Amino acid sequence: MIELQHVTKLYPASGRPALDDVSTEIDKGEFVFLIGSSGSGKSTFLRLLLKEDDPTRGTVTVNGKTLNTMSKWQVPKFRRTIGCVFQDFRLLRNRTVAQNVAFALEVINKPQRTIKRVVPEVLEMVGLEGKATRLPHELSGGEQQRVAIARAFVNRPLVLLADEPTGNLDPETSEGIMLLLERINRTGTTVIMATHDYHIVDSMRRRVIELNGGAVTRDQSRGVYGVGR
Amino acid sequence: MRVNFVLSEVATGLRRNLTMTVAMILTTAISLGLMGTGLLIAGMISDMKEIYYDKVQVSIFLSDDVSDEQRSAIEQQLSDSPEVASYLYESKDEAYARFQQQFSQQPELVQNTPADALPESFRVELVNPERYEVIAAEFPNGQNGVDQVRDEGDFLDRLFSLLNGARNATIAVAVVQALAALLLISNTIQLAAFNRRNETNIMRLVGASRWYTQLPFILEAAVAGLIGAALAVGGLVLTKVLFVDRTLAGPIKAGIIPPVDWSAIAFISPIIAAAGVGLAAIAAYVTLRLYVRL
Repeated sequence: MIELQHVTKLYPASGRPALDDVSTEIDKGEFVFLIGSSGSGKSTFLRLLLKEDDPTRGTVTVNGKTLNTMSKWQVPKFRRTIGCVFQDFRLLRNRTVAQNVAFALEVINKPQRTIKRVVPEVLEMVGLEGKATRLPHELSGGEQQRVAIARAFVNRPLVLLADEPTGNLDPETSEGIMLLLERINRTGTTVIMATHDYHIVDSMRRRVIELNGGAVTRDQSRGVYGVGR
Repeated sequence: MRVNFVLSEVATGLRRNLTMTVAMILTTAISLGLMGTGLLIAGMISDMKEIYYDKVQVSIFLSDDVSDEQRSAIEQQLSDSPEVASYLYESKDEAYARFQQQFSQQPELVQNTPADALPESFRVELVNPERYEVIAAEFPNGQNGVDQVRDEGDFLDRLFSLLNGARNATIAVAVVQALAALLLISNTIQLAAFNRRNETNIMRLVGASRWYTQLPFILEAAVAGLIGAALAVGGLVLTKVLFVDRTLAGPIKAGIIPPVDWSAIAFISPIIAAAGVGLAAIAAYVTLRLYVRL
């Protein structure tokens, strides 16, 4: 499903590789925590999976597609199979909750009929029924992140990438978001989540990939955040 | 593609950078207006060439004391010459009549010119206009009743090089203006892309096609180009009505300058519009490719 083979990523401005000979495989339907300190390569890892960047060496394969050889014109179509959630939500401030979710479908030319049907469905799934006409600033942080998740999931992606989705949220709200991500994972969507939140990692007991200085230093199924914590 | 979505993006974009949009439209309009003027002058030049070059190429002016024998000898020589396609005799009276007509707008000049001041002449059309030297050699100045042989083509060449110069200068200024317009378009598009970076970032992440993301920006530039072209055409129409048709009415009536026809403006308007829309759209596209990550 997702495979990295001897992937190294060098940024021109830095002498140290952001990723250093990383090889790993993630199966369809897995839930994976990507942990490590800031600058350990988590974000680069996610960027490569989204083809925001190309690896300096090695190959990246996602959903059966080798990203290295993918042409520019194929990238949009590929990205429709991936959902993304970020720490800062990235919602459109002048659009309502429903419009934010619908936007993701409109710009990939989904018919209006489909949009009218699936937007309320996904809003109900993330627990925002009744808030469809609110603007983002009228919502709490947790609710805004639910909108972002709804937007990422509305197109039923095969993979959901989450870059510290609970970074701006309090523990209780975070727990709600994690339940939502787990629910999405149970529909068969692979979830890869970069995080610093050890409470979450320790309580969920899912696969943990730890990066340190760009290299994988631990890969453990049903892992915890820090050994000996 | 959702037409409403794209159109509302275009309208928002143009409104949001109102000052830049106005600057972009005005420079585009000036550039296109000058380009249109250059094209009109070019059309005028070719009309004038038809008027003038066809009429006469060499004038043989006769001296005041020319005898009847000399005159008929010259005429005989012209009709025998293989270089001459046709010729026309113009008496002093005919020359004066033509002069009166040509300068009917300047009555003082006509009044102050005595009726016999203009010389009689042969107006000669050559088989090959370049062969002026041969005719000039056959009729030496100041001999056998010939006062002077003049190559009218030479005079016309100088006149037309002046007009060509005016046309080239107009087009050169139009090109410089066009450069300024293109830079402004590029700048405006970069600004527009920056203002909408949230939208475009999300579009990129959810897999909107490049076209879908870029089209609003390209259309924005194209609409500005179209408005600029419309202003330019309006400017040309005003110039015709207020300047050409009024100030230049005299020389146009006298047949010295050809008129600027509505059909000429109708002919170049679509060219101006296409140039405005095309250049703006290309400038926007190139800008997006080079400077903006979409």
